[in-house]
Amino acid sequence: MNKNKVRYSEIIPNKRDWPIVQLSRDRKAFINEVATDAYHQFVQGKNGTIREEIEMTIHREKLRIKANPWKVDPPDEHGFWKGIQNRLIEIDPEDKEKAREQEHQIVKDIIHRYAEEIAGNFKKSSYRFAQSFVTFGFARLLNAARVKGLLALFSRQLDLDDKLHVVGETEHIRQLSKIGTVVMVPTHFSNLDSILIGWAIQYLGLPPFTYGAGLNLFNIKVLAYFMNSLGAYKVDRRKKNPLYLETLKTYSNRSIQRGCHSLFFPGGTRSRSGEIESRLKLGLLGTTIEAQRELYQNQKDGKEVKKVFIVPVVINYHFTLEAPALIKEHLKRTGKERYYVEADEFSTSYKISTFLFKFFTKGSDISVSIGRGMDILGNYVDAEGRSTDKNGNCIDPRDYFLRENKITVDKQRENEYVRVLSQRIVEEYHKYNRVFASHLVAFTAFKMLERKNPKLDIYHVLRLSEEDLVLNYEEFKENYKRLRKKLEKLHKKGNVDLANHMMKKADESILVGLKNVGLYHNKRPLIAKKNKIIIQDTNTLYYYHNRMNGYGLEKFI
Amino acid sequence: MDSKSSSDEKVGVIGAGSFGTAIANILAENVEEVLLYVRTPEKAHQISKDRVSSGQKLANNITVVEDLQHVAATCEVIFPMVPSANFREMILALSPFLKPYHVLLHGTKGFDLYIPKKEKIAKGNPLTRDHVKTISEVITEETSVLRVGCLAGPNLARELNEKKPAATVVASHFDEVIEIGKKLLKNDRFMIYGSGDLIGIELCGILKNIIAVGAGAIDGMDLGQNAKALFISRGLVEMVYIGKALGGNAQAFLGLAGVGDLIATCTSNLSRNFSVGVRLAKGETLDQILASSEEVAEGIKTIKIVNELADSYGVRCPITQTLDKIFNQEMTIQDALTYLMSFPFRAEIDFFEQPVVD
Repeated sequence: MNKNKVRYSEIIPNKRDWPIVQLSRDRKAFINEVATDAYHQFVQGKNGTIREEIEMTIHREKLRIKANPWKVDPPDEHGFWKGIQNRLIEIDPEDKEKAREQEHQIVKDIIHRYAEEIAGNFKKSSYRFAQSFVTFGFARLLNAARVKGLLALFSRQLDLDDKLHVVGETEHIRQLSKIGTVVMVPTHFSNLDSILIGWAIQYLGLPPFTYGAGLNLFNIKVLAYFMNSLGAYKVDRRKKNPLYLETLKTYSNRSIQRGCHSLFFPGGTRSRSGEIESRLKLGLLGTTIEAQRELYQNQKDGKEVKKVFIVPVVINYHFTLEAPALIKEHLKRTGKERYYVEADEFSTSYKISTFLFKFFTKGSDISVSIGRGMDILGNYVDAEGRSTDKNGNCIDPRDYFLRENKITVDKQRENEYVRVLSQRIVEEYHKYNRVFASHLVAFTAFKMLERKNPKLDIYHVLRLSEEDLVLNYEEFKENYKRLRKKLEKLHKKGNVDLANHMMKKADESILVGLKNVGLYHNKRPLIAKKNKIIIQDTNTLYYYHNRMNGYGLEKFI
Repeated sequence: MDSKSSSDEKVGVIGAGSFGTAIANILAENVEEVLLYVRTPEKAHQISKDRVSSGQKLANNITVVEDLQHVAATCEVIFPMVPSANFREMILALSPFLKPYHVLLHGTKGFDLYIPKKEKIAKGNPLTRDHVKTISEVITEETSVLRVGCLAGPNLARELNEKKPAATVVASHFDEVIEIGKKLLKNDRFMIYGSGDLIGIELCGILKNIIAVGAGAIDGMDLGQNAKALFISRGLVEMVYIGKALGGNAQAFLGLAGVGDLIATCTSNLSRNFSVGVRLAKGETLDQILASSEEVAEGIKTIKIVNELADSYGVRCPITQTLDKIFNQEMTIQDALTYLMSFPFRAEIDFFEQPVVD
């Protein structure tokens, strides 16, 4: 089996040449560079409000330390902020010149601390270890589970790539990584995503990417190890003060400018509703545009500017481990219903390990679809990295920053550009979204429930009683087939992708869907019983159904 | 204020209709040179020779050109001023020469209607916003230009030409574009307001033409000012409803580009759309009117489009519907009047709330 499996060679075999390795060797200087730049960005155009901003930051930080402390927080935090506060109090407001200087020094110090906090601790030795652990370890588990029981732990018959399919523009991204800086922007459904993407990057032979991982993940030891070694920098979502955000953005901007391939989850956090992200966080995304503009600004005569390429990636699962908690949180946010949110399924190392074991022993596919590369305004780029407009004409992204033939800096303009880029990414997500049968069975079933109860709002549909949660199989099949036909049409137009198992006969395809939808949840959302389809868990069904939103399918049921 | 050229910029105007010409003349006061593109060579030669376009004398620093590529290569800022029916065709011709550094400010007050050849609009496939675009949407769809804006407001071309005082709204998502518009257009009798609500302002300019046709009919029937005021008020409400359904917000309709433009077009014989209404009331059919008009009245096309859209989106719009019926000769103008006067519109004169059904 697997005779014609694709193998990708490593693009930069010598790890000393990896941009991320160079960056980590230069860690101290880089942090200083980030801190200085962020400081300048921050104080720009601020007159007299600096003291207030510092006060507000201290206030918020102290609140956070008290109300929401984490294991990963450094022990000297309390002391640090107390020190800052004392320094602020000691400033003599009469001596304006000196006061200004002191305030600025405080800003510098805070930013420097933040930059230190954010910076990753990439170790090339443990990168290799972590990567091979993922690949080797998972592969062994997989063999054990699939082939002949435990003895097969030592078999090499199956590899991770039997389980995880990396599809789409794989050669293209490899090519782009050689000529410019790649910024990967995947959809985000599960905490597993970072590990998956890390694996996909290595599988494709790409040098490691740097990425911002939620600091909360560093609370979990297993993950912390992987994150650190895979080039993650830390994003602390509790800190929403302008100083921190500026530092974070500058960090990302600078590493892009230094040619470090980067990874953002532009949705910010995991999709709570199960829907593909439609609103992206514009802050980090904006750093790609800023970085590209600055690269053009600093262009030396005759030297070619490194281009920044945005590559959307869609991750598809039959099921999301955290779905029950995520959807409850979503409903709690949107609805009036008071939902009790249980602990996240991803909260302990133990839970993750059992999940991984289940995942590999039971067999459920995951696909990672790599989209086509785009420039910082969402224009497609060709194999040589040249941007083309919709009519296939070559364009130079530098032109987007020109006014009267000069590059001008205009924050409002760039904010608009980020919006354009984010719209383009969302469009691409829908295009590269690979529909699994499990998504479509969930969608069909939930929409049928809604149609059967036209007077009920969503919250009431979710609370229907058991006897109302039964669907006729034949009716279900008819609807399923109709929707699948619509999807095939969209697929032909290139507006969505379909998994291979979607092409099977309707009964078979439905069977795959039913077998896989929400596979490992305590309560499976959907099961078949004789010629009936029974809905066991409306919440998770709703979650998986949401994935198919945005294609206008609801009109056809 | 400096009445001589205050900028060494060269700007382009595409289309030498009455509004295009008027804008070219205003621009000519502020910039070094205006390139005025005229599509048909004969007309270009004629205008070039007479120095008169659409009945307006051309300023000395306006150069008439027939080459789109030349306009794009010379000018960073371009003002497309062509009717909606020809807009897409024009922009497709211009597109290969446009670069992301271009800035486009259009003055077209109509929708673009695009139905792919294979597609048929029918019951199962109603007309939607996918087929109907505003002009700025067409520009971003067909070109690499992002810095797009529009002009809208009470700007009757003849009055502009007579140098009477006026104001216009420049709308764009980009502050930069609004600033450019101000810099290039502003003079001591022409004020510029800025707005960030591009789609809303575009919709104002488009939808008001519907009401203008109706107001013309009321004038043509000589029903008096009370009736016209009643009609305009109801018309404004209808504009707000349709506008909301199409992605605008109510605010824009209460500003200069909404109410302002509505008043100007509904009370002036200089408006083409208004004239269409007057002639309808005098007993001419739509075909007769179309056959004898030199320039396009955008309102006619808009009424047809909006009538179908309103149907798809379930928006009640009695005025548009009635006018469409008159166009199709399904209703006489007298019947229409009776119908509108008997229509229960108690709840209708209310801008911000949907009428309550009881």
